[in-house]
Amino acid sequence: MGSAHSVPAEMRELADRTGFTSEQIEHLHRRFKQLSQDQLTIRKENFDSIPDLEFNPIRGKIVHAFFDKRNLRQESDGLADEINFEDFLTIMSYFRPIEMNMDEEQLDRFRKEKLKFLFHMYDSDHDGKITLQEYRNVVEELLSGNPHLEKESARSIADGAMMEAASICVGQMGPDQVYEGITFEDFLKMWQGIDIETKMHVRFLNVDTIAHCY
Amino acid sequence: MGFATLAYAKLSNMLLLLLSVVCCAAAAYGGEPSLGKRSVPHYEHDSSSAVDSSQDMRLHVFTLDYEYVQIPYEVTLWILLASFAKIGFHIFHRLPRLMPESCILIAIGALVGAIIFASHHKSPPVMNSSIYFLYLLPPIILEEGYFMPTRPFFENFGSILWWSVLGSLLNSFGIGLSLYGVCQIEAFGLTDLNLLQNLLFGSMISAVDPVAALVVFEEASVNEQLYMMIFGESLLNDGITVVLYNIFIAFTQMHRYEEIESIDVFAGFARFFVVGLGGFLFGIVFGFVSAFMTRFTHNVSSIEPLLVFMFSYLSYLCAETLYISGILAMTACAVTMKKYVEENVSQNSYTTIKYFMKMLSSISETLIFVFMGVSTVGKNHEWNWAFICFTLFFCLIWRTLSVFALFYISNKFRTYPFTFKDQLIISYSGLRGASSFSLAFLLPKNLFPRKNLFITATIVVIYFTVFIQGITIGPLVKYLDVKKTNKKESINEEIHVRLMDHLKAGIEDICGHWSHYQLRDKFKKFDNKYLKKILIREHQPKSSLVSLYKKMEIKLAIEMAESGMKISKSSTTSPQSGRKQRAHRLSPAEVEAMRDVLAHNLYQVRQRAPAYNRHNLPTDTSEKQAQEILIRREHSLRQSCRKGNSLPWGRPVNTTEVRYFSLPQGPRQPTRRKVRHVTFTDQHRSGSDAVLPLTSRSQPRTRPLEAKQRQELIPMAHVDRRAGPSNLSARRGNSVSRHRFTRAENRAPMPKARFTVREMEEYESEEETETMAPARTLVI
Repeated sequence: MGSAHSVPAEMRELADRTGFTSEQIEHLHRRFKQLSQDQLTIRKENFDSIPDLEFNPIRGKIVHAFFDKRNLRQESDGLADEINFEDFLTIMSYFRPIEMNMDEEQLDRFRKEKLKFLFHMYDSDHDGKITLQEYRNVVEELLSGNPHLEKESARSIADGAMMEAASICVGQMGPDQVYEGITFEDFLKMWQGIDIETKMHVRFLNVDTIAHCY
Repeated sequence: MGFATLAYAKLSNMLLLLLSVVCCAAAAYGGEPSLGKRSVPHYEHDSSSAVDSSQDMRLHVFTLDYEYVQIPYEVTLWILLASFAKIGFHIFHRLPRLMPESCILIAIGALVGAIIFASHHKSPPVMNSSIYFLYLLPPIILEEGYFMPTRPFFENFGSILWWSVLGSLLNSFGIGLSLYGVCQIEAFGLTDLNLLQNLLFGSMISAVDPVAALVVFEEASVNEQLYMMIFGESLLNDGITVVLYNIFIAFTQMHRYEEIESIDVFAGFARFFVVGLGGFLFGIVFGFVSAFMTRFTHNVSSIEPLLVFMFSYLSYLCAETLYISGILAMTACAVTMKKYVEENVSQNSYTTIKYFMKMLSSISETLIFVFMGVSTVGKNHEWNWAFICFTLFFCLIWRTLSVFALFYISNKFRTYPFTFKDQLIISYSGLRGASSFSLAFLLPKNLFPRKNLFITATIVVIYFTVFIQGITIGPLVKYLDVKKTNKKESINEEIHVRLMDHLKAGIEDICGHWSHYQLRDKFKKFDNKYLKKILIREHQPKSSLVSLYKKMEIKLAIEMAESGMKISKSSTTSPQSGRKQRAHRLSPAEVEAMRDVLAHNLYQVRQRAPAYNRHNLPTDTSEKQAQEILIRREHSLRQSCRKGNSLPWGRPVNTTEVRYFSLPQGPRQPTRRKVRHVTFTDQHRSGSDAVLPLTSRSQPRTRPLEAKQRQELIPMAHVDRRAGPSNLSARRGNSVSRHRFTRAENRAPMPKARFTVREMEEYESEEETETMAPARTLVI
């Protein structure tokens, strides 16, 4: 059911760049058209039309991540206003499952890319560090689903987490040291224990999706 | 060491107590035969009384009439005895981990049975068919249905349904047919048991009661999926077995089983479905009706528990009238009702409902187990080695077979397949319980001439599974090292993984990937749009505000208590502010506490099943939160005191550092406080009242002051805080007014205590929470 306007050559190029198969690209393209209401680009408002996303506490960050130029592999910084299909695919490619035929170096690169995506989600002011306040923001958003939990608890949790991060990344600190924020290298260190490749992927199916019972 | 001896002392005390009660009971029983009729030992001064007591027509000062109260007296005594045993059981901490609580109940039952048997006493007729099905069974079912964690249940609903229904069927028929095969062998002397009787026995004995195993699971913290499978199975299994049982009894009552044609078998199947599904529908209808009724009860809140119980019971009875499965009806009613009722009823009613339900089901179960014990030590047994051993054997075999077969198929459809170890655990956790015994006991004697054989076999199976399997399942789980719930070592990991879950769900939504979340979200939308409007009272937001308030007041009280403590410690002298904290590892208790908070409160994509224990209520999250806040406050208090005393920091105020804690800075000058009050009167914003303006105003003021004190770590926080409350000041309503007074009054007597930065921040943040929290629902 491919639409006529995507030329096979373009598709192949897209497929090479992002790693999707052509069926997956077509499927995503259909979804893109649905989201953008047949326009060529998507804006932030288009994401409001996804009703299920409302229940997600980090909805804002997710949508933001789509428009974050760092994720779109562009050199510049800041936020894009709208994204086209290619950008859409680029973001989606962060969530590809790992394939069996990847070698060591590819795996490592893959992992780093996924982690970088996550890092950008935390680091909202684009300064390359996750500061305490940004971390607090994240935790508060995560806990926002429960209205009865006080912000102070969220704050203390974030504080505790930050301290832990400090002790992991920098070890024992002297009385004069200040821990500015989590840099990307520290972030990598923290994620060493968790295998992100298996967690951070979405199954892109070829045909219309099937209901799963978990 | 001391603790252990203390525990031992307590245990010995308990045992003594128990023994004394038992002696009383024995005395009661022992004394009873000698009483017989209405004999009247009178204690008159009259010496002639000894002569002819039976013909004495005088007024008796002191009489004893046991028969009048016999039944309630003995029943009460049993229940008390069981309660004592439970107390003793839990005092000795190691026991609950070793064995399920059913063991204790059975032991008590056997004890009582032994006493009764030894004293040749005729036990009261507690158990007959109507009493069991009408009075003893419904509370147990209701309690199971009400306390079921709905979200994990429905997430795994397909698997649970598949497993319970087909598992029960497979087990019943398998055991029945195999036993029939064994009975055909002449040597065992069982040839008079026909096929139907065997099938009936098979259906009875396959009624599993794995709730006992759940406690052990919780202790070993097995993964949630496993937990839910077993839980769901226990829930549906009762209903299905009773349905089968009734169908087979109906078959048996048809005159000769040779007359049963295929049309009857077909009708049996159809009936199974009608009964099962009909039960569900009935229950749902009743659930909605009762939820609807609770909408109007806010003036008569004392009848709310009554409504809940009566409607559930009514659903059970109505279903039973039509020969539809009352158990399934009641379960469905409880599940449906719970969600809406919880929102409608008052807090007190809610607590009452929970406790009363637990109490009723506890009583029922105790009585059944005691009765089982009584029957154990009795004369109505028939022992047949072959039958009993083969029954045991087949139970184990068939359960294992059905587990492996059914899970093999359902694993193909699950994203989270059950491993071999999981399946082994599930097959091993097939403990039998009260329901099998009851069904065996209630077999009609005329249709089942060898009823005693069945009873004996059932009792043996129950004892074996409960004691041997129950005790060994814990070590087995540990040995197999079943995949545990991921107890993270660090908070960071927990946060990250949660974030990832949400991210994943979000992306799945965006790319249109259908998952079961969609189904649930669709239901939620339908629910919100139609059902909640009809079934839930209006003015809901107020209630959540009110409850928030209550919480704030509790916290305030806690703070008052603490600041009282703080004054008594000498923290007034340390002028050092701008101190920093060495990065030390959080104490394990703190980490644990934080992790608990995270685990329970993070908006979870897949929520953990809360601990279900038949004999205890699950702990309330808010209590835990309050406790946890208290723990953290204490910790911070200790820290600040420690710092005040031990570290000679003469650092000037302006140095950086605060890392991630709003750290205790030492007490502020009292002037700060006045600043607060001053600001209050000045900038009065429109709409809202008291406290809110107080807090929001205080922030812009104190912020610059704080900034002078220490280099504020994050300029952004500053912005956020100010921005936050100002949005919301308009939203606060009248409910604030009362609180305002308590706040102001409470602040007055404590000038110094509060002003460490940490507490200040916390204080602010509390107030912000007031404003933030309700807004959350609106902003997003």
